[in-house]
Amino acid sequence: MKKLESSLKNMAIVLTTVSVVAGGLLGYVNELTKEPIEQANSKALSEAIKIVVPAFDNNPAAQPDTIEIGGNKYVVYKATKNGEFVGAAVESSANGFGGKLTVLVGFDKNGNIIDYSLLSHSETPGLGSKANEWFKKGNKGNIVGMNPGEKALTVSKDGGQVDAITASTITSRAFLLAVNNAYAAYSGQNTDANSGASQQVEASESETEDADSASNNEITNKK
Amino acid sequence: MNGIVKENPTFVLLLGMCPTLGTTSSAINGMGMGLATMFVLICSNIAISLIKNLVPDMVRIPIFVVVIASFVTLLQMIMQAFVPGLYATLGLFIPLIVVNCILLGRAEAFAAKNNPIASLFDGLGMGLGFTLALTILGSVRELLGTGKIFDITILPEQYGMLIFVLAPGAFIALGFLIAIVNKLKKA
Repeated sequence: MKKLESSLKNMAIVLTTVSVVAGGLLGYVNELTKEPIEQANSKALSEAIKIVVPAFDNNPAAQPDTIEIGGNKYVVYKATKNGEFVGAAVESSANGFGGKLTVLVGFDKNGNIIDYSLLSHSETPGLGSKANEWFKKGNKGNIVGMNPGEKALTVSKDGGQVDAITASTITSRAFLLAVNNAYAAYSGQNTDANSGASQQVEASESETEDADSASNNEITNKK
Repeated sequence: MNGIVKENPTFVLLLGMCPTLGTTSSAINGMGMGLATMFVLICSNIAISLIKNLVPDMVRIPIFVVVIASFVTLLQMIMQAFVPGLYATLGLFIPLIVVNCILLGRAEAFAAKNNPIASLFDGLGMGLGFTLALTILGSVRELLGTGKIFDITILPEQYGMLIFVLAPGAFIALGFLIAIVNKLKKA
């Protein structure tokens, strides 16, 4: 077969055809993979929720609450047992060393940290990537049982109570900021859940906003 | 089959340096990136050699780019759906395959002039060479940086030299590996 000439008509036809075929193919595969992707994501999420909150009998992943504080979005998954509120998992993120770092933090109803799960990050392997284990119970930077409501969590270098990951202070700060912000979002939710009064929600939301921007300022100042 | 040693894309042709340096902070990342690239390389080589006579010369580059980008997006969606664990570690790097010059280089230099079967084997060879190079580089960096290979501890962690996990270590390790390959080739 002879090669097609580079005339304007030929070029336009071939380029359009190739793009249309590629677009169609992508659309088809997108349809095909949409469901498995959603399933995989929700499975990963509900497994993470199971780790970080106390025993529950509802399906927290099915009823997320999205809260916006200071331009950041937080997703709160409430866990209940026999209809009673037992805790919540909060999805929160902050800018780490390599990019966005998303963490799911579990709080009991008093605001104590139960556990956490690092959902996604792009920290340096071997350094900042240790954050997925470092702050867990039994490890050096243990944050389990702490309550960010009593005192915001900061690394020991900044006068705080948490040991930062060796050679990854920026990641550690970002992680703790995400945890503190998660608490801010959680406490706003918690008041809402207990009282159910809408005025109080407004009040607590502005309160958490202050807390949020305060901890943000802290981070910037210390940089 | 020149791609594996004689024309190894990383150590000899020095193509695709951006993903090479960026993704090889651990052996598993390097290997995953290599395999993903190999998949796209084989698919795009076959597709391009099939349509090579229908493509007018003046618009060949945009068409090759569309073909490559489509396969990369396909791979990304399929990985996200069926191997979410691997996608979580490599997700960031998958779109980078589009700008990997090995793909365009092979499309232009080989697939556009040869039949689909030969192009398939060219893609396979080049892909294997790239995977091999990335896995070796990743292993070296992981071993020197953290004392592990494929997450298996070989040396105690305190002997690790952090610099090898970071970007400068990538350049240093790659430089030494290229020197070794050159020496071996001469011998």
